[in-house]
Amino acid sequence: MNPISDLIRNLADQHGRNRQNLLPILQGVVEQEKYLSEYSMIEIARELDLPASEVYGTATFYSFLEHKKMGRYIIRICKTITCSMKGKNQVQLAIQDMLKIGIGETTADGNFSLLQTNCLGFCHMAPAMLINNDMFTELTPEKVREILSVYMNKKKEGESNDNRLST
Amino acid sequence: MTTGYQLKRADFIFKNQNDWEEILSKNIIRNPQDLINDLISSELKGRGGAGFPTGLKWKLSAEAVNDTKYVICNADEGEPGTFKDREILSKVPFKVLTAMAVCGHVIGAKEGYIYLRGEYFFLRPELNKAISEFDYYCREINFDFTIRIFMGSGAYICGEETALFESMEGKRGEPRNKPPFPSSSGYMGKPTVINNVETLAHTYTIFKYGAKRFYDLGVQYSRGSKLFSVSGDTPKPGIYELELGMSLSDFVDEFGDGDTKAVQVGGASGFLVPRKRFGETVIGFQGKLTGISLPTGGSMMLFNSSRSMFNVLDNYLEFFREESCGQCTPCRVGCQQLLNGIKAVKRGEKNAMYLDKLLRLTETMQYTAKCGLGQSIANSFSSIVENFREEMIY
Amino acid sequence: MINITINNKAVQVEEGTTIFEAAKQNNVIIPHFCYMENVHQIGSCRICVVEVEGGKTLMASCVTEVKEGMVVHTNSDRVRSVRKVIYELMLSDHPKECLSCWRNQNCELQDLGNLIQITEFRYEGAKSKDIIDTSSPSIVRDSSKCILCRRCVTVCNDIQGVGLMNPHHRGFSTFIGPSEDELLGESVCTNCGQCVLVCPVGALKEKDSTSIVWDAIFDKTKTVVVQTAPAVRAALGEVFGYDPGTLVTGKMASALHELGFDYVFDTNFAADLTIMEEGSEFLGRVKDAFTSPEKAAVLPMITSCSPGWIKFIEHRYPGQLPHLSSCKSPHMMLGALTKSYFAEKMNIDPAKIFVVSVMPCTAKKFEITRPEMFSNGLADVDAVITTRELGRMIKDGGIDFRFLPDGEFDSPLGLSSGAADIFGTTGGVMEAALRTVYELVTGRELPTENFHIQPLSGLSRIKTADLKIENPLAEFSFLADVTVKVAVTSGLTGAAELLDEIKTGKSPYHFIEIMGCPGGCISGGGQPRPVNDAIRTKRLEAIYREDEGKALRKSHENEDVKMLYRDYLGIPLGHKSHELLHTIYIQRSKN
Repeated sequence: MNPISDLIRNLADQHGRNRQNLLPILQGVVEQEKYLSEYSMIEIARELDLPASEVYGTATFYSFLEHKKMGRYIIRICKTITCSMKGKNQVQLAIQDMLKIGIGETTADGNFSLLQTNCLGFCHMAPAMLINNDMFTELTPEKVREILSVYMNKKKEGESNDNRLST
Repeated sequence: MTTGYQLKRADFIFKNQNDWEEILSKNIIRNPQDLINDLISSELKGRGGAGFPTGLKWKLSAEAVNDTKYVICNADEGEPGTFKDREILSKVPFKVLTAMAVCGHVIGAKEGYIYLRGEYFFLRPELNKAISEFDYYCREINFDFTIRIFMGSGAYICGEETALFESMEGKRGEPRNKPPFPSSSGYMGKPTVINNVETLAHTYTIFKYGAKRFYDLGVQYSRGSKLFSVSGDTPKPGIYELELGMSLSDFVDEFGDGDTKAVQVGGASGFLVPRKRFGETVIGFQGKLTGISLPTGGSMMLFNSSRSMFNVLDNYLEFFREESCGQCTPCRVGCQQLLNGIKAVKRGEKNAMYLDKLLRLTETMQYTAKCGLGQSIANSFSSIVENFREEMIY
Repeated sequence: MINITINNKAVQVEEGTTIFEAAKQNNVIIPHFCYMENVHQIGSCRICVVEVEGGKTLMASCVTEVKEGMVVHTNSDRVRSVRKVIYELMLSDHPKECLSCWRNQNCELQDLGNLIQITEFRYEGAKSKDIIDTSSPSIVRDSSKCILCRRCVTVCNDIQGVGLMNPHHRGFSTFIGPSEDELLGESVCTNCGQCVLVCPVGALKEKDSTSIVWDAIFDKTKTVVVQTAPAVRAALGEVFGYDPGTLVTGKMASALHELGFDYVFDTNFAADLTIMEEGSEFLGRVKDAFTSPEKAAVLPMITSCSPGWIKFIEHRYPGQLPHLSSCKSPHMMLGALTKSYFAEKMNIDPAKIFVVSVMPCTAKKFEITRPEMFSNGLADVDAVITTRELGRMIKDGGIDFRFLPDGEFDSPLGLSSGAADIFGTTGGVMEAALRTVYELVTGRELPTENFHIQPLSGLSRIKTADLKIENPLAEFSFLADVTVKVAVTSGLTGAAELLDEIKTGKSPYHFIEIMGCPGGCISGGGQPRPVNDAIRTKRLEAIYREDEGKALRKSHENEDVKMLYRDYLGIPLGHKSHELLHTIYIQRSKN
C-alpha cells in the first residue's frame, strides 16, 4: 500500500470528503511530507472526486503549501519592513553562510530549505523566523547559528515535535 | 502642538479572564436584542482595521432568516506591524471564546470557527486546550455552541472577510463581490458574523462592565480603547492598550526615540504620517475631527531619520505584489507596475514625472480594485510619495 | 419594479437586474470585457465599473444589482479615466503583436481599445509566464496572450464540467491552464473547444490545418475531397457579414469548388448512413433486450458522433463504454467510404485521395488521429478545418463569397435528407433516428407534425420524450404498447448527469443522444464567434428550415444510400460496414 495514499485516505476519513475539507487535507499532507507532490495532489483529487486542476489551483495559491520538494526543516525568515530594519539581512547571511544555500534552495542532505516570508507578527521582537512551526525571535547572527546547530544535532537523534515559541 | 487629545492608557483586554464562566452563563440567558443594544450604545467599531460598527453587524446577522449561521473569529493577523491578536489568543483566549459563544446566542449560530493564520500554528496546542475546557463548560450549562480552529496556509489576503470564506470553503482565497455581505451570505453562503480577535475581546469587556464603561473611553466617533502594536525605531516596542482619540504627537512623545521622522499608522495598507503632521493627526475612526483621522488595526511603526522612505515603500509594494490574489486587473497588474515604477525612477530610468503617473494609477486602484487590498495601496503610496518625494528620486 | 437613474435618465427595471443589464435595456452599453451574458459574470476585469452616487468606490456593473433610488453614472470623467488606466494595465501585460496574431481584427481587446481610445502606453514591462502548448491536435494555448478573464475556467468547470482549466499560483504570477506543466494533449481535455469559443483574445485557438489543406489542393498528384457538416452551412455566412441564421449551403458548395477541391461531398450523406447503421444497431439491442435476455444487450444506447463527448466518457465513465453505439461519426464514415467505395467506383488509388472535413468542431481534429480511424492502413480523414478556418481560406483565396451563385454537392456522396441536416443541432440526431426507427418498426411514418418531436427541440440542457409503439410490424411484435423513452442532452454536465443515472442503475431510457457542446454542433468549438443563446436559436431555426425545405425527409429513403448498400455494403451492420463504419473505444484515466 502506498504510504501517501494511506495518509490521504486517513486524512479524508478524519476531516471529511467535501470541498471545504480540502485545505485541512492539503495541510495534513504538507505537515508530514513537507510538500505536495504531483502524485499526492492527484490522489487527493481522486479521493475527494475533484478535478486535479482544482486541487493544484487551490494548493498553489497558498505560500505554505509547498509544491516543490522541501527539506526536513523549512526556514522562513521574515522580510517585512520592521524585521528588515532590525537586521534581517545579517541574519539571513549567517544562515546562508552556515548552510551554504540561498533563498529558495535546499541543502544537499535534504535537511534545510531557506525561504522568505511576510510579517510573522513579532515586529516588536524583530528579526523573526519560523523553522517549520517553531517561532524564533530577536535573532542575531550568533543566535541563529546556535539555533541551527541544535537542529543539526536534532536530526541525528530523531525528529522532535515541540511546537513552541522560543526567544 | 496637541489638540487636546491626549494619550491615555487603559487596561481591559489583558485583565484576567477568570470570570469567563460567569460572564458566559449570565449573557447567554439575556435577550439577544438587549445584547445588541449594548453593543450599539457602546459604539464599538471593528478593531481589525475596517471599523464597521459591531452592534450593527451582529444585528444584521441576527435579522437574517436562516437555520444555519456562523460566528467566525478572524485571527489571520497579517498586516505588517500588527501582533496584538496573537497576544490576545495566547493570554486571554477565554474572552474570545466567550464572546463568540455570546454572539452565537445573539444571532442564532451553533458553530464558531477561529481562522488562525498558518504562521501561528504554535498557538494551537494551548488554544485547543482552552477550547476543550470551554466545550466542557458549555455542555455543563447545556449551551449548544461548538468552536473549531481552521488553519490558514500563508496568504495575507485571507484576512479579507470574503477571501477568508473562500479559503474555509476549500478554494483559492479570492475575495468575492460585495454585496451580498457576510451578514446575509458568508461562509457556505450562510449569514455569518466575522469579527477580529480584538473586537471580540472588547465585546467581552462590554458584556462584563456594560456599554457605558466602554463608551466613556475615547472620543466622539471613536469610543473605547484599542490595542496598539508598537514597533520600529522605538525604545518601547510592544503591545499597549490606549484610548482612541490621541494625537499622534502625544503618541510619538511617549513612544518615539527622539528622532522620529514618520509613523506608519495602520500597517502597509495604512498611512505614513510625516513629522510635520503629527500634531494634527488623531488616531480614531471618523474624519470629522480636526485634521486627519485614521482608522486603524493598531499597527504603529516608527521610523527615525536614518530610514529611507524609498526602502519603506519598496518593502510595502513587494509585500502587496506577493500577497495580491491576482483576480482583478487593477491590483494584479497595478502592484507590479507600481513596484517596477518606483524602482525605475530611483534608478533614473524614468524621470520624476513618472511618479505622478503612478499616483494616478494608485488612485485608479483605490476606486476600482475588487477588495480592500488593492483599494488601500493608495494610502501608503500617496502618503509616502507626496511627503518624501525627494527620497523616491535621489 | 425598481426605479433608478442612469446618466440622469430615470428608468425602471425588474428587481434582481444588474446595473449592466439595466443600462443595456435602456440603450446604454457599458464598456466591458470579461463579462459574458449567461456564461461568465465574476466582476474581475473591472472595466465595467461605474459610479454609483454615495459609494466609496466604483462598482462593477456586471455583478452589482440595482437598488431603489440608485443614481448611476456610466460615463463620468472619473469612470472614463479609470477605464483608460485599467485598459492600459491590461495592455502592459499583453504582447503588442497584433499584426501577426491570428485574432487581428477579430479580437475583443482590440474592440475595447477602439471604444476606450487610449493615446499612449503608460505602463509597460513585466510580462506573465509564457507557455505555448501545441501538444493537442485540436487546441493551441498561448499563455503570453492570456488576459486572465477566466471565461475558459467558467466554461470548462461550470458549463462543461470537465474541470481542466483553473487559475494557479497567485498575484501577478497567476496563470490559467491545466495543472502545473501539464500539456493539453496529455490531459483530460475533451477538445470540445468551448474555451476557444469564449476566449476574447488569441490565447486559445484551434490548431491550424489550413496550410496542409492548401498544400493538398495544389498537389497535382492528389485527389482532394472535401465534405461539410450540417452545422457549417448555418453559420459560415456570419464570417462574411450575413446575419446569424442565414443558410448559405449553395454558396458554400460553390466556394469549395472554386477553392480547388476536386470533389465536394456532403457529410449529411453519411449522416443518413449513420441513421441506417445506428438505427439497426439500436433495434438489434432492443430486440435482444426484450426477447433474448441472456445476451445482456446494453441499454440505453448512446450516440457516438461527438468526439468531445467520446473523450469525456472514456476518461470519466470508462465502465459505461459498452453503452455507446459502435458507429463512427458521420464524417469518419464518409472518409472511409471515399477511400474504398468511391475510390473503387472511380478507379482512383485510395492512397492518393486526401479527405478534408469542414467541421464546426475542434474535437474532430483529435478524432482523426485516433488509431481506430484508419481503414486498410489509410486515415479515414486526412485533415479537419473548422468553419472559421474555411472562412479564412475563402478570403485568402480571394473568393468574393457574397456574390457566388449557388452550387451543388457532387455524387455519389452528396445527396442527403432533411433528417441528416438536423444532425447539426441538439435533438436532431435523435429525431432523425426516430423518423427511421419508427417506420422500420411500425411500417408507418412518425405521426408528429412535420416529423418533428417537439419535446426534443430547443436549448434546454436535458430533454426527454416518450414514444408509444402501437401495432408494430410482426417482426417487432415484442414492442407492442411499449413506450420507448429517449433523452437528449448537449454540453457535458448534462452528459455527466445522465451517465450517473446509468451508473447507479436508475436510467429509464432506451436511447440517449449526447452532444458535447451546449446547443449541439451549431455552437461547436470551431464556429464563428460570438455565440450566445440568441444566435444559437437563429442557427437552429436555419437548420430546421433546411430540413423542412427538402422533399426528402427521412434517411432510409435516401436513394444514394440505398445504392451504396445495394452495390457495396450489403446490409446495415454487415461485414463491410463493420470494417469501415464502426469503431471501438479506449478506457482512459480520470486525471
